[in-house]
Amino acid sequence: MHNLSLIGLLAIPLIGSLVIFGLPAGRDLLAKQTALIFSVLTFLYTVILAVQFKTDAGASRFQFNGSWVWIRNLGVHFAFGLDGIALVLILMATLLVPCVVLSSWGSFDTEDEAEERELPKRSPKAFFGLVLLLEVFMVGVFAATDVFLFYVFFEAMLVPMYFIIGSFGGPRRQYAAMKFFLYSLAGGLLMLASVIGLYVSSGTSSFAFADLLGHVPNGATQKWLFLGFFIAFAIKAPLFPFHTWLPDAGAEAPAGGAALLVGVLDKVGTFGFLRYCLPLFPEASRYFAKTILILSVIGVLYAAFLAMGQRDMKRLVAYTSVAHFGFIGLGIFAFTTQGGTGAVLYMVNHGLATGLLFIVVGFLVARGKSRQIADFGGTAKVTPRLGGAFLIAGLAALALPGLSTFISEFLTLLGTFTRHKTLAILGTTGIILAALYVLLLYQRTMQGVVSAKVSAFRDLSVRETFAIAPLIVLIFALGVYPKPIIDIINPAVKFTMHDVGQTDPQPQNVAQPSSNGGHK
Amino acid sequence: MSPLTALLAVGQSAAGQSAAGIDPTAPIHAPSISYSGLLPILIVLGAACLGVLIEALVPREQRFTAQLSLTLLALLVALADVITLRGRSELTAANALSIDGVSLFLQGTILVLAAMSMLLVAERAVEPGSAIVASAAVVVGSPADRRLASSTRVQTEIFPLALFAVSGMLIFPAANNLLLMFVALEVLSLPLYLMAGLSRRRRLLSKEAALKYFLLGAFASAFFLYGVALLYGYANSVDLADILRAQNSSSQSDILLYLGFGMLIVGLLFKAGIAPFHSWTPDVYQGSPTPVTTFMASCTKIAAFGAILRVLYVGFSVSAWDWRPVIWAAAIASMVVGAVFGLTQTDLKRILAYSSIAHAGFILVGLVSLDSAGLSAVLFYLASYGFTTVAAFGLLTLVRDGNGEASHLSQWSGLAKRSPLFAGTFTFLLLALAGIPLTSGFTGKFVVFRAAYHIAGPLVVIALVSSAVAAFFYLRIVVLMFFAEPAEDGPTVVIPSALSGIAITLGTLATLVLGVFPQPLLDLADKAAKLRG
Repeated sequence: MHNLSLIGLLAIPLIGSLVIFGLPAGRDLLAKQTALIFSVLTFLYTVILAVQFKTDAGASRFQFNGSWVWIRNLGVHFAFGLDGIALVLILMATLLVPCVVLSSWGSFDTEDEAEERELPKRSPKAFFGLVLLLEVFMVGVFAATDVFLFYVFFEAMLVPMYFIIGSFGGPRRQYAAMKFFLYSLAGGLLMLASVIGLYVSSGTSSFAFADLLGHVPNGATQKWLFLGFFIAFAIKAPLFPFHTWLPDAGAEAPAGGAALLVGVLDKVGTFGFLRYCLPLFPEASRYFAKTILILSVIGVLYAAFLAMGQRDMKRLVAYTSVAHFGFIGLGIFAFTTQGGTGAVLYMVNHGLATGLLFIVVGFLVARGKSRQIADFGGTAKVTPRLGGAFLIAGLAALALPGLSTFISEFLTLLGTFTRHKTLAILGTTGIILAALYVLLLYQRTMQGVVSAKVSAFRDLSVRETFAIAPLIVLIFALGVYPKPIIDIINPAVKFTMHDVGQTDPQPQNVAQPSSNGGHK
Repeated sequence: MSPLTALLAVGQSAAGQSAAGIDPTAPIHAPSISYSGLLPILIVLGAACLGVLIEALVPREQRFTAQLSLTLLALLVALADVITLRGRSELTAANALSIDGVSLFLQGTILVLAAMSMLLVAERAVEPGSAIVASAAVVVGSPADRRLASSTRVQTEIFPLALFAVSGMLIFPAANNLLLMFVALEVLSLPLYLMAGLSRRRRLLSKEAALKYFLLGAFASAFFLYGVALLYGYANSVDLADILRAQNSSSQSDILLYLGFGMLIVGLLFKAGIAPFHSWTPDVYQGSPTPVTTFMASCTKIAAFGAILRVLYVGFSVSAWDWRPVIWAAAIASMVVGAVFGLTQTDLKRILAYSSIAHAGFILVGLVSLDSAGLSAVLFYLASYGFTTVAAFGLLTLVRDGNGEASHLSQWSGLAKRSPLFAGTFTFLLLALAGIPLTSGFTGKFVVFRAAYHIAGPLVVIALVSSAVAAFFYLRIVVLMFFAEPAEDGPTVVIPSALSGIAITLGTLATLVLGVFPQPLLDLADKAAKLRG
């Protein structure tokens, strides 16, 4: 039980972060290069792990397990292990980090620009150090197999993100950073109450996930504990009505930070539903499922309408994410294998697509020095490559068939349909609304008359192209051939569905979306 | 009357009184006293007396060095002695004093934190002549006072005063007899009243703090004493063990018991700065010289909680059903007052004062469970909180402008640009106070809440909610330091001498280590969680 692989995965970005913080002041280029090298190394390391990951029928749920006693008299372990869900999310996260590093390369004001905009000169060194530190916590939160350790990473993650938003964000960054931190902390503390309650009521004297599984007594206790976890995750995800911090944080964060915030950090919430809420509290999950499904559908529709009304591009993208998290919530709490698999796949695809969208919007904002949609027009004519990337990102966000997001959206809706027809149908209308807000955004910024300001824009540089190329390639590739990812996800989702005590309903003449979507 | 003679007197009277019922003419036997168990207390008391002599006999130039070395030496030797006493469990001086795991743990903690506070008191690089006024009796605003402001003379009486206070703090959590506890309370309080008024800068504020602290403290002492009298009426004894027995057998009216307990606990809650008896805390913390505030916020608080837990666990464990609502109410009031009023403060010392009120509420949460898990959790919390507090207040002394410490919130804006190391360290300590994982604050909260959960679930939830509220004002400071623009004529961060440096570093390191590797101290607290009563 002492497999060091995952410690290695944590160590690489941690070392990178320490190296960057240790660099002498002013060595900004070196800091950027170090960040790039370490983030690419982390990704390659994750790919190696993914190749070794066993997906055959007899493979164990958690692999690469390593466990060390941390605090003996609390039963806390320094325990790591990956199931399929965690693995694909770590893959997505570690891919996103180098893209963010590359895309943020030139996004720092020079001395003169900073003065002109009356913003303080900000040190790129600190930004890249924080991004790598955040990567450590992101990997840790997915890889932890001890509830206490998970909680530690869950909370620790806030700190670098808080500084990323607060130090490098837009004009209202202080407000946004504070709101972000307080919302998350409040949720986190509710979760802490549940973590302690879980420990006490399970009577196992251990925080290890495997030890706790099936030891939570049914009844009122379980419901309260579930709610503690659920609200924390719902704030993180964010699910309607806990979403109000996201538009502020997403809009004020620097583009790279926003991509990581929405792309990865928020996935911790939905990951938490699947990993902790459902398996640990099966009875309570079933009890609350209907309510959560309804909230999810409301979220899909409500956020879509709000997105349409936004004048600020980044706020718009943030609202689209709220809508997308509604879909993920649907997939998870429908308790079907298709729904679950679809939800996990959705998390990955959403990370790629929204990450891409935020990065591309960031490019646009950096050129126009404004986030207002009205300040742009006809951009695609001046900068065809940027326009193309914007279009692909937008189409991915509205789940166009052929792109990866379509598969996941389809699977979640399919999984929901087999149990809750009305909700699935209502959810489907969200796709139409998505088409509206994405295409309107594209039309207003990219098409039409070229304004004087826009005509001076330069197109994507080589570095910027490299930053988004991997994401675009993957969005296409997974849209055509998602099998490798689904193969990894599916066993883990089946374990979860087994934990929650649900079997898939018999499909009635519904075509199987893939050979793996079947029921057992 | 020195506490030692008081201790003996109490012992004799207790022995004499039990004899009184049988034969009034029987000779009074002096109780046996375990001097080895009392040695840490005796060392500190002895050093305090010696300090008074030094003040009288040693030439002024050498006094500072002599006093500082004597104080630190006494505290460290006493600490070493506490360590050699570990595992001891005995009652001595006619059951008036209990040498057990809890008292030794708390004594050790108090000695360490007192030594760290004394290092801050002795700091002279930050403010010429230390933060302590050279001559406290001079009328504020008089010509002599203006001359004093530029004087670099050092005043060293504070060291023996502090040692007397420490000796009271060492007896306070070990006292098994309410009269002895009262004597300890006075011995620890009287020097503190004086020390609060010794600030070199903002002298009026400091004097006001001292007077306030003294008047309210005297009230609290009176309450305490009245409570003791009523309990004596109920149990015919002031020994906690006898009071406990009497609750099962006494034919006296329960009203005596409840009133007596209520008044007793008022006195103790006052000392620990728990709402609704907290109103002195912000003013006194703000007015006192910051090193003295450090001393009060760490050592006094620990000693007071030691006394509270001994009274509750040893004297009143059978009537837990009766007092638990009281502790619930005080805990809730404290957490809410600390968190909510802390939001409205604009002075850093007052913010930390309200934070300490909130933390006192969290510690009380750990006390409701009445088992050894709760006991060890509270011990851990007290120790970890003490270290964080010393480091936080220690850092506060370093931010200065022309008028001394710059403790107004607005003066701290953009401090991270001037001194990133300072801002980073202070942020870390604030995160610890907020209870973020990987800091000792989180571990402490966790063990306390875990211990209380099974008996007081709703209380734990309230505690968590109020820590979320409290997080806001900690974060506000972080926001200000990192994200705001520095003021034109803002304060600077002074580089301290090794003395404060050691205290601050030790406190910060302890905060980190107890967050990441809390195992050793948790083990120690578990082992120490035994009361002999």
